[in-house]
Amino acid sequence: MFQFIFRRLSLVIPTFIGITLLTFTLIRLIPGDPIEVMAGERGVSAERHAELSAQLGFDQPLYIQYFNYVSGVLQGDLGNSLVTREPVLSEFLALFPATIELTFCAAIFAILVGLPAGIIAAVKRGTLFDHSVMTFSLTGYSMPVFWWALLLMLIFSVNLGWTPVSGRIDVVYWIDNVTGFMLIDSILSGEEGAFSSAASHLILPSIVLGTIPMAVIARMTRSSMLEVLSEDYIRTARAKGIAPWRVIVIHALRNALIPVITVIGLQVGILLSGAILTETVFAWPGIGKWLIESIGRRDYPVVQGGILIVATIIIVVNLLVDIAYGIVNPRIRHSR
Amino acid sequence: MTTETLQAPVPRTPLQEFWHYFSSNKGAVAGLAFIIFICFMAIFADVVAPHSPSDQARDALLLPPAWLEGGNWVYILGTDDVGRDILSRLIHGARLSLAVGMVAVTASLLMGILMGLVAGYCKGVIDTVIMRIVDIMLAMPSLLLAIAIVAILGPSIVNAALAISIVSLPHYVRLTRAATMSEMSRDYVTSSRVIGASPLRLMFVCILPNCVAPLIVQATLGFSTAILDMAALGFLGLGAQPPTPEWGSMLADALQFVQRAWWVVTFPGLMILITVLAFNLMGDGLRDALDPKLKQ
Repeated sequence: MFQFIFRRLSLVIPTFIGITLLTFTLIRLIPGDPIEVMAGERGVSAERHAELSAQLGFDQPLYIQYFNYVSGVLQGDLGNSLVTREPVLSEFLALFPATIELTFCAAIFAILVGLPAGIIAAVKRGTLFDHSVMTFSLTGYSMPVFWWALLLMLIFSVNLGWTPVSGRIDVVYWIDNVTGFMLIDSILSGEEGAFSSAASHLILPSIVLGTIPMAVIARMTRSSMLEVLSEDYIRTARAKGIAPWRVIVIHALRNALIPVITVIGLQVGILLSGAILTETVFAWPGIGKWLIESIGRRDYPVVQGGILIVATIIIVVNLLVDIAYGIVNPRIRHSR
Repeated sequence: MTTETLQAPVPRTPLQEFWHYFSSNKGAVAGLAFIIFICFMAIFADVVAPHSPSDQARDALLLPPAWLEGGNWVYILGTDDVGRDILSRLIHGARLSLAVGMVAVTASLLMGILMGLVAGYCKGVIDTVIMRIVDIMLAMPSLLLAIAIVAILGPSIVNAALAISIVSLPHYVRLTRAATMSEMSRDYVTSSRVIGASPLRLMFVCILPNCVAPLIVQATLGFSTAILDMAALGFLGLGAQPPTPEWGSMLADALQFVQRAWWVVTFPGLMILITVLAFNLMGDGLRDALDPKLKQ
């Protein structure tokens, strides 16, 4: 087992180096001189240019610049935002809970709907329910997230008035930032109605963000379940006279879930990039909106740092999924 | 007494066989039909569209669709905030989306085939280097990578298409490499090599034609990803710039009118959804028809 984890870990290091190379190159690929781009339309004098160049290390050879960059990254120094002058990492940490809260609720929604839908579709193969699940999941899979967000907002917020349009909580509440998670903070604040306001703000964004993962999970669960249901041991279990629901839930589901778990893990990347679009539409103050705004403001250190952190998170989650998969499925663990 | 001559069943040509399997999938045929329809619209956009996509009718701002009260049959799907005909913009947008899809898919297909063939044929260090690069690209969510590329190069349709083709590259590389490796061990490749075929001939004349099936499927699905990503970039203001009639940027322009005029938001999105769905349906059908394992 340790050998398996070690082997998997050793594959992560070159990937991480590649990502740092990528983000390092990004800022140097900007057409023109990076200092003049950062200075904007005001421009800089020749002395100030040399001073900034030395300060940012642009006067040194590239490999030394890269080495300095990586050693900074490993110490948690991702540079400062050009706009706010705050360290990129602390800005990220302040906004990250909002994104976690949203992606977590979206993942819960995707699993709670996608998994049962896939299971029932497989069990009732060829029925109207099966066809509807397959149609809906293919539609969900083809959905432009930003349009889906607008459509739901139009129907449920504007026309029916059931849910709020945007933001994390009603402006009438002033919630102290304790954990950064609005659902928890609103309970801690003890203000009446704060929690339900926070929860109602989460509903539409979670559904929107969870739609594509839900479709993927439903499709995967269905095909994996169909495969398992045609195995000999399931026929044996049925022949023994075990109750049908028990065959499905206890015997079939356990094996059918193995590939589904991997797919759920792989949705983290989809959720984080989907969050960029969802947060933009719903004015959700998370890292997706932050990244897009930074691109608009040409705040390159933020773009560079943000992409590096998000990519690292995805690598780590994929690593954990792989290890979990190895624990659940010995065949993977022992194969090369 | 008449003698009946029994005719031996004529074996189907590969194309007929393909159509037989493909047409048994109703969804795939529907997808294909819609794609043909939208290609027709895109090619003849200048003739089909009732108005110019940039003509502004100052007396008809935010006009609702024709069948609603206040609608006008001159503007079937209504007009946007500066009085441009939405239907005409959608038709011209189809041209743009399909063109971007075509460019992005072709570019990444060509680069992916080349890299995949070289990696699968050469093995060793070259293979390791190429596959490491591919792994790094796969670790990044495609939209995030595309956003990063566009952020550097500056927002425009060409840069967005470039970003999308770079982002979809890894899938083609992996597919081609896997197919190449499995073909390499076949006897016909060995015999060609013994006869004295050059590496280039082996790669492109012997091996490549036998790897095409999975690539066709991936290219079809790649079209839907390209259209979706293009629209997302357009929506974020990183793709086509106004007043270009691109579906994603049409949506972004309409954001502020969501509450007053639902049609300016609904129709562009619907177009994206149906087009992407059509490509996905056709891709699924192609996979079933081309995959010999499922062909029973």
